[in-house]
Amino acid sequence: MSVLRTSGPARAGQYLALLAYLVFLAFPFLWLISTAFKPAPELASLHPTWIPKDPTLDNFRQAFGEQPLLRAAANSLVAAVAAALIAVAVATPLAYVTARHRGRLASAATGWVVISQAFPFVLVIIPLFLILKNLHLINSGPGLVLVYVVWSLPFALWMLMGYVRAVPAELEEAAAVDGAGRLRTLVSVTAPLLVPGIVATALFAFVTAWNEFFFALVLLKTPEKQTLPVVLTHFLGAEGVADLGPLAAAAFLATLPSLLVFAVLQRRITGGMLAGAVKS
Amino acid sequence: MTATKRPDRTRAPRAADRGRPRGPDLGAWFLVLPALLPILVLSVGPLLYGIALAFTDAQSGRTRTTRWVGTLNFQDLLHDALFWDSFRIGVVWAVGVTVPQFLLGLGLALLLNQNLRFRWLARALAIVPWAMPEVVVGIMWRLVYNPDAGILNETLRDLGLGEGHDWLSGLATALPAVILVGVWAGMPQTTVALLAGLQNTPRELHEAAALDGAGSWRRFRAVTWPALRPVALAITALNLIWNFNSFALVYVLTNGGPGGRTRLPMLFAYEEAFRYGQFGYAAAMGCVMVAAVSVLIALSLVRRLKGDQDR
Repeated sequence: MSVLRTSGPARAGQYLALLAYLVFLAFPFLWLISTAFKPAPELASLHPTWIPKDPTLDNFRQAFGEQPLLRAAANSLVAAVAAALIAVAVATPLAYVTARHRGRLASAATGWVVISQAFPFVLVIIPLFLILKNLHLINSGPGLVLVYVVWSLPFALWMLMGYVRAVPAELEEAAAVDGAGRLRTLVSVTAPLLVPGIVATALFAFVTAWNEFFFALVLLKTPEKQTLPVVLTHFLGAEGVADLGPLAAAAFLATLPSLLVFAVLQRRITGGMLAGAVKS
Repeated sequence: MTATKRPDRTRAPRAADRGRPRGPDLGAWFLVLPALLPILVLSVGPLLYGIALAFTDAQSGRTRTTRWVGTLNFQDLLHDALFWDSFRIGVVWAVGVTVPQFLLGLGLALLLNQNLRFRWLARALAIVPWAMPEVVVGIMWRLVYNPDAGILNETLRDLGLGEGHDWLSGLATALPAVILVGVWAGMPQTTVALLAGLQNTPRELHEAAALDGAGSWRRFRAVTWPALRPVALAITALNLIWNFNSFALVYVLTNGGPGGRTRLPMLFAYEEAFRYGQFGYAAAMGCVMVAAVSVLIALSLVRRLKGDQDR
């Protein structure tokens, strides 16, 4: 029996706190969904209701009519997938080496990961803007992908190093003793064990790129090239006057992919963060 | 993977090999290069370039005739009241978001570490703010804060607490209103990190302390907090830095208004650089922000080292 029993009133207090937390978390999100499904007259009413009396999909239709949402979503998707794949392909070998060899390279890598968290993007984006301009990669998908890859590398490296350390070095040594070459060991022993971690890292990189706004705002000039978050801000209009229904509908749609990924991956992502954080 | 192309039979580690310190040899460099190259070219390089730009008069559209101006930009910054306003707002915002994030996050982590029913629901919901694009978080809260059609004013009206207010446009309310959104958006991540830290504390220690008659506060002081401290320090330092450098949320909520009351340093620098084209000046702002953040990192490192010595 555990000695850590909680008294009745304390328990009640805990449930009350939990309830308050749930309300605070859920309330804006439920409001977003509710607004997205409200017909225009209900939106204009001075006494808004929580649940739409007459739910409709009009806002979604109107949203697609007002802004090029499909194209924006396609732009976002291509940029995020490309960035995630490249980032993982590039970071995995580096993570492997830095996690296995303790030395100057490993400390340089971790140092860079930490430092990169601290930099205000504006200090990096101005030179990147000039560099990409010289390469004629402003207002282009590939230019944005390049930026996203570099930007997601530190965290990808961090997560992957945690996953590599979770693979016991003894397994590799055992394979070596059994006569497997270094390459064979890597391919047939280490790599399979790393696959879940690599997938989690790639999905995390995907979500960060899908959600990213600042770089996309600076680098993409024409509406045909812009990603979803940038296009969403067009709904806000110049004076901040917005068509609430379509705005809510579009915003809700933009969230779904990352919500799905996170729902599947929550445990892995926190696990990866921790693995990186605890063992370094 | 690039390395798979390289047959490597001769380098099979022998028993004698394993004892010696393993530095990065040729094979290792082969694995490392594809990552190092983009890092150097597109991350470290631009960073140094950015610092260099702060000492020039670089402007957009006029980059070819850029001249070295020494510390002129920094001298101008020193006298730029608007920049220091935004710097101060940035500090208020960063502290105002980070402290509640930590305190609420800690309370919640302790709560979710208990055996409560429905805690799965709390964990599942915690994903929402975390996974949402910041732009969407901003849009969502604008819907909540909307003076006429927003649910916040309607709730206040229902409770008989006044006739509603334009939270994001009020000079006095704008900053607190965006801070609340910042707390909402960042709390789950803090909670999850602290929760993970809590779950690393051995339960036996708690039980032993409880058997010795320690109340929950003493158990927290003596068992939980010492184990949690490294995670807590790290997440707090990171949150301060991230919040100080944040952009998208406030850009969508108020775009720095009303009257500059929520103009965070990043918003200010963005406008300088990409609205007025003052690359050199904006880069100098970036440098000042880096310096501020570095002081913070240094302080937290010093505290950490001291903590290690105490033990």
